Amino acid sequence: MTREILLEVDHLKVDFASRAGLVQAISDVSLTVHKGETLGLVGESGSGKSVSAQAVAGLISSPGTITGGDIRWRGQSLLGRKGERYARSVRGKNIAMIFQDPMTSLNPLMTIGNQLGEGMRYHLGYSHAQARKRAEELLGAVGLSAPARRLDQYPHELSGGMRQRVMIAMAISCEPELLIADEPTTALDVTIQAQILELLASLQQQLGLAIILITHDLGVVAGLCARVAVMYAGRIVETGDVDTIFETPGHPYTQGLLRSTPSLEGTDETLLSIEGMPPSLINPPPGCAFLPRCPIGTDHCRKAPPMQDWNGSVVRCWKAGTNAWLPGVMLEPAAGL
Amino acid sequence: MFHSPSTVLPTLQVKGLGVNYLTRSRGFWARPRPISALDNISFDVRPGETLGLVGESGSGKTTAGRAILRRIEAASGQIIFKGTDITNLRGEKLRRLRSGMQLVLQDPYASLNPRMRILDAVAEPLIVHGLVKSPEAARDQVVELLDLVGLPADAATRFPHAFSGGQRQRIGIARALALKPDLVVADEPVSALDVSVRAQVVNLMQRLQEQLKLSYVFIAHDLSIVRHISHRVAILYAGRMVEIADRDSIYDRPRHPYTEALLSAVPVANPALQRKRERIACQGEVPDIANPRPGCRFASRCPLVTELCRGESPPLIEVASGHSVACWHRS
Repeated sequence: MTREILLEVDHLKVDFASRAGLVQAISDVSLTVHKGETLGLVGESGSGKSVSAQAVAGLISSPGTITGGDIRWRGQSLLGRKGERYARSVRGKNIAMIFQDPMTSLNPLMTIGNQLGEGMRYHLGYSHAQARKRAEELLGAVGLSAPARRLDQYPHELSGGMRQRVMIAMAISCEPELLIADEPTTALDVTIQAQILELLASLQQQLGLAIILITHDLGVVAGLCARVAVMYAGRIVETGDVDTIFETPGHPYTQGLLRSTPSLEGTDETLLSIEGMPPSLINPPPGCAFLPRCPIGTDHCRKAPPMQDWNGSVVRCWKAGTNAWLPGVMLEPAAGL
Repeated sequence: MFHSPSTVLPTLQVKGLGVNYLTRSRGFWARPRPISALDNISFDVRPGETLGLVGESGSGKTTAGRAILRRIEAASGQIIFKGTDITNLRGEKLRRLRSGMQLVLQDPYASLNPRMRILDAVAEPLIVHGLVKSPEAARDQVVELLDLVGLPADAATRFPHAFSGGQRQRIGIARALALKPDLVVADEPVSALDVSVRAQVVNLMQRLQEQLKLSYVFIAHDLSIVRHISHRVAILYAGRMVEIADRDSIYDRPRHPYTEALLSAVPVANPALQRKRERIACQGEVPDIANPRPGCRFASRCPLVTELCRGESPPLIEVASGHSVACWHRS
């Protein structure tokens, strides 16, 4: 790809101090986002997908610390003392973020108009009146009815879907180049989810926005993303083109994830179930984190597998591409089929 | 596909069920007034059958589940459990009835008492209903139940914090099965679980259904899971049932515009297919059930809406064998 590189995350490592020990939330996460590209970041709770995004957005605070690696915006680091100052001008303006829960991420005591205008007044130096006018336009752009009336309403007067639209309006108010959307539709109903995803897709086309979409829902990724990175236990285990990965997943975890999700078309086959659960991130064992749940793991996997090219994707597995879940292997016993 | 002769007595029959909640409208001194959360719902669940109850937030699916179990009083209609009308049972009779129908809750983190060992939590219903005579007998039964849901015997002596979400949901299921119920109402049992763990619990529920001939009312908003586990599916919208049919006919030949919109909105995990799918838009405001308008509840968002829909609510009419729809234009 010859498109401009916006964001590079380079071997990033984030630790959280806890009473039980040091939680290695993410280790060795590397990502690249090009201009106008949508990257899906998929994983279960605790896989480190949100922490990765928070690190980019500068939202890691005590007890968490970035202990290794680098984050670069257009080639310039956002970390360290010099990076901090640069980061303040980039975050909120060039990089914007929306969160899962539109109920709690708006200030309940501020009107919609004031909250929306705040970023524009700070980053773009708009006057109050300018910001208000632009806020009204933005609310219209994200498909909210009666935008002028909304400006003087408070968050509690809006429904969940409407609040998420306000969040999106706020995020795009300073014309960012990258939008980080952390589970933007998880708290919403299915029909509202579809509307929000459509809105994101159309904004991306109109504004040439790059999006990092964090989700656990493989269907959401399939519809919106061009590339996808699958995370497990704080590491990216597979990354590549969305069609390739859904068609020919290389990592046993990705394969399992895709086959354990029932399809809307419906089959009467028993769902594949990945036994066990993700490992603790306190003192994780060396080697592949998926080994205890992997049907094709061997002693060799106790040595940490590197990211390696396979079939156009990059996979962190010694046996990339092996069909790990042959029919009958690791299915629930006595499942009746 | 599931077929049960119609001569078999249904485990559960719900006829014209309605539930009201009381609310205070504006003002401290204002009188509480009833809001109809559920209006004229009817369905049957046969032995060994799963009925999927689908709807978005506020559709009344949880209310329906609770009302069936008599945890909420019905304002109208009848609930018939194994041939007996239980709508107005009270006292000891109601207590005894509870052993036949059990509830599995959504959040496995909130639904287990953190200060009770698993043994005590699972044995509690056995003790309350006087089904065990001694602590030893209770322990034996609990170990048996834990084994049934795929947990080791030593789980009994531990506390909930030692278990993951999937394991806790297994414990919740074991507790629900302790009294050998005929009917289990599962309210979003897998929504709080991670994707890779969801399949474990869904498979477990299917295996238990086959082993114990359980009837399930499976309440969920995830249409893919509902298709996988259900034999029949009912769609609720704003407190009313808009469509009910065999699983495959509702998914392959939806009749109600809301069902169509809902199905088209579900993202599928297949990039090529998902990009091609046409979504049936349903714009407009979600109805406020506290201030209902006359007519069809979906009228404000429906692409087919006409004056008739705004004036009069459509009845649920059988359009094909076992397939009923409440829509003026599709029935």
